[in-house]
Amino acid sequence: MNEVMLQLEHVDTFYGPIQVLHDINLEVRRGEIVCLLGANAAGKTTTMKTIFGLVRPRRGRITFDGQRIDNRPASDIVRLGLALVPEARRIFPRMTVLENLQMGAYTRTNKAEIEQDLDHVCQIFPRIKERLKQIAGTLSGGEQQMLAMARALMSRPRMMCMDEPSMGLSPLLVETVFETIVRIRSEGVTIFLVEQNASMALSLADRGYVLQTGKIVLSDTAANLLQNDLVRQAYLGGS
Amino acid sequence: MTLFLQLIVEGLVIGSIYSLVALGYTMVYGIIELINFAHGDIFMMGTLVSLFMVTNVFHLTDVSKMSLGGMLVMLIVTCLASIVICALLGVLIERIAYRPLRNAPRLAPLISAIGVSLALEDIAKAIIGPNPVAAPYLVPLVHYSIGSVDITNTDIIVLVVALVLMVGLQWLVTSTRIGRAMRAVAQDREAAALMGVNVDRVIAITFLIGAGIAGAGGFVFLLSTNNTVFNIGFELGLFAFTAAVLGGIGNLVGAMLGGLVIGLIRALVTYIPDRDLPFGLPHGGVAWQDAVVFAILILILVFRPTGLLGQQLAEKV
Repeated sequence: MNEVMLQLEHVDTFYGPIQVLHDINLEVRRGEIVCLLGANAAGKTTTMKTIFGLVRPRRGRITFDGQRIDNRPASDIVRLGLALVPEARRIFPRMTVLENLQMGAYTRTNKAEIEQDLDHVCQIFPRIKERLKQIAGTLSGGEQQMLAMARALMSRPRMMCMDEPSMGLSPLLVETVFETIVRIRSEGVTIFLVEQNASMALSLADRGYVLQTGKIVLSDTAANLLQNDLVRQAYLGGS
Repeated sequence: MTLFLQLIVEGLVIGSIYSLVALGYTMVYGIIELINFAHGDIFMMGTLVSLFMVTNVFHLTDVSKMSLGGMLVMLIVTCLASIVICALLGVLIERIAYRPLRNAPRLAPLISAIGVSLALEDIAKAIIGPNPVAAPYLVPLVHYSIGSVDITNTDIIVLVVALVLMVGLQWLVTSTRIGRAMRAVAQDREAAALMGVNVDRVIAITFLIGAGIAGAGGFVFLLSTNNTVFNIGFELGLFAFTAAVLGGIGNLVGAMLGGLVIGLIRALVTYIPDRDLPFGLPHGGVAWQDAVVFAILILILVFRPTGLLGQQLAEKV
């Protein structure tokens, strides 16, 4: 098995007096697609925010590539090669598409490599290429999702975390997004995916965790989770 | 007609100083949504630094006895000193008065800003006293005539310095990496951090630049008016703030435009004739200048809070 890239150990996160995450333990290994499933308010986004230092865990350890990151600011964490496609995309609405992509490459200095990656993401997302000069806030929801992914790729991450990339998209676009995720993994980027769309997420993931009211209640291979009664009832609408 | 054109020139000159100060208000508001009430006083400190430089460092008494080279050195060094000291002052204020309140309710940094403003004015009063202080001429005054309009060399210097700084700032913000980072922080601080932007540093740089421009404003103000007073920043700051709101707070081009418009309005209001008006209203346009400017502020806030160039872009979720 490949080495562990991202590891959360006994992570507790609070919002004020309210504990949102309870003793979270999870790991993502190099080259994997791992998904974190859960209903609304289960703590999925909080998990992401905790990993990226946007919320501080009160207890526990988070390591990336063996380095402790739970006490570092977000701007340092992303420099280690971790990128986030945030919930609700969070593109810069009053910048052009190109400027958004340049922001994605903010930590990098080699202009030639940035140009190269710009061509590369334009190739992955042809719609983005057509709209480089457009103001990002005027893009459709699907295009904004593509842009958020493209922007994250511009940092040339070794691992990409995605928070609900399918949210608010039509089924056809959801499929495009998931195909793109598989493609990004095939280029050597490890993927950690937070999703409500469990069937889609499990169909492409290697492993998954299920989060319920801030606790991890299940963790298994994606294939096993697809067969699991709890998952089928709660997230796949099956019986 | 001659008077009208003359007033236009005067309006543009004072207006470009308002623009320089308005930029700082609008930049800071754009990035942390704070009305930095101390900003006008940073401008005032710029006039004091300039005054100190010419009188205590260059021992200026009569500029007409200086060599051209000596005068240029004095002007450039004084201007740079004013920019640098004000820029550092801006960063210092941000560090001690605003950053600790970054996550506090919005009223807290506002009150802190007013406190800093009062502190700066009192420091200035302790240094130069409560009365206006005259400065020597920084350049030998030369009048030029364009048609029937009179324009002085100091007017031209003010306009050129303002133009250079505004073009430079616009370039910085639209076309450089740090400018992009500033806009990113303004639009979505958390997302900017996720791009690897050190948000605290970018905010500090924004204060640095805004305050530095105000410092240049202080220098050209002293150059063109030859006096300053401890509360000049309060008054001029209010006009500049009005200019920033008029142009659309957060919008750089708006602040530049707003400053010029406010300057022009203040100049043109002096057209109001100096003769008896009904209801015992004050006569003479000068008496109306402030009233008109602040009436504009109220009207904008009521009818078009986004200002001339500010616009709300529908943001898709």
